[in-house]
Amino acid sequence: MLLTILGLPPAFLLLSFITILCALYVVTNTNPVYSVLALILAFFSISAHYVLLNAQFLAVVNLIVYAGAIMVLFLFVLMLLNLNKESEPIVKMGWHIGAAVTAGLLLVTLAAALHKSSEQIMRNPAEDIGLVKNLGKVLFTDYLVPFELSGILFLAAMVGAVLLGKKQTNSKENNNYSETSSQ
Amino acid sequence: MNPDSVFNTLDISHYIYLSSVLFCIGLFGVLTRRNAIVLLMCIELMLNAVNLLFVAFSSYMGDSAGQLFVFFIMVVAAAEAAVGLAIIVMIYRNTRSTDVGLFDKLKG
Repeated sequence: MLLTILGLPPAFLLLSFITILCALYVVTNTNPVYSVLALILAFFSISAHYVLLNAQFLAVVNLIVYAGAIMVLFLFVLMLLNLNKESEPIVKMGWHIGAAVTAGLLLVTLAAALHKSSEQIMRNPAEDIGLVKNLGKVLFTDYLVPFELSGILFLAAMVGAVLLGKKQTNSKENNNYSETSSQ
Repeated sequence: MNPDSVFNTLDISHYIYLSSVLFCIGLFGVLTRRNAIVLLMCIELMLNAVNLLFVAFSSYMGDSAGQLFVFFIMVVAAAEAAVGLAIIVMIYRNTRSTDVGLFDKLKG
């Protein structure tokens, strides 16, 4: 059996396999709706990785924020714009080869650079680090200012999204108004 | 601690390799796709690869700062997705397309 030969936990291998397969499906599929669904599955498997790593709070937040909110937003926009396989732009083969070479070179560089350094990392896992109690305590003491700033960022993003998404009737009215006022 | 947990059976280098592979797949998608929405999705994939590495380092070292950074990355990603999709919808309303090859009106 391959799983025992590699000497790795089967849960990790299975989850990694699902994650990479879904990621490849996302980038290679020409139908954007299928890409979104595969990406949701990839996020689910990444959440399972978080559970393996004792980060239970982030696993739940990842599911709620990414798989729940962001991907539903993507799916909603795709269906609103009625994008499907026919409307997908055609990309030349040369682009695929160039991109594959670039990504492969980056992967080789990263793997070579991190190959030896990972042995020096201290191993000091704590069981309760990923729970809400511990994370909340750190978030509201050491990271209080970034937390408040992210609230302001959310407000700005919300106002920006509403402004951008609104139908641009106001500007025409303003133009008409300025024309009539100049007359 | 449970002797079967990943911290005893797995080295952190496995998570480094997994995250690197995911990041490079996302990069490949960003370079090949022409649909602006799929491009944003590939960027989300790259962000998730980074998140996974943050969580892995944080859990292995027993330091919760990494997990809080993932929290803030998620906040920024949510804001980015909202504003990015609003921009794409606006562009689609004007050009009837989401092909990034057509978005070259700023070219001098």
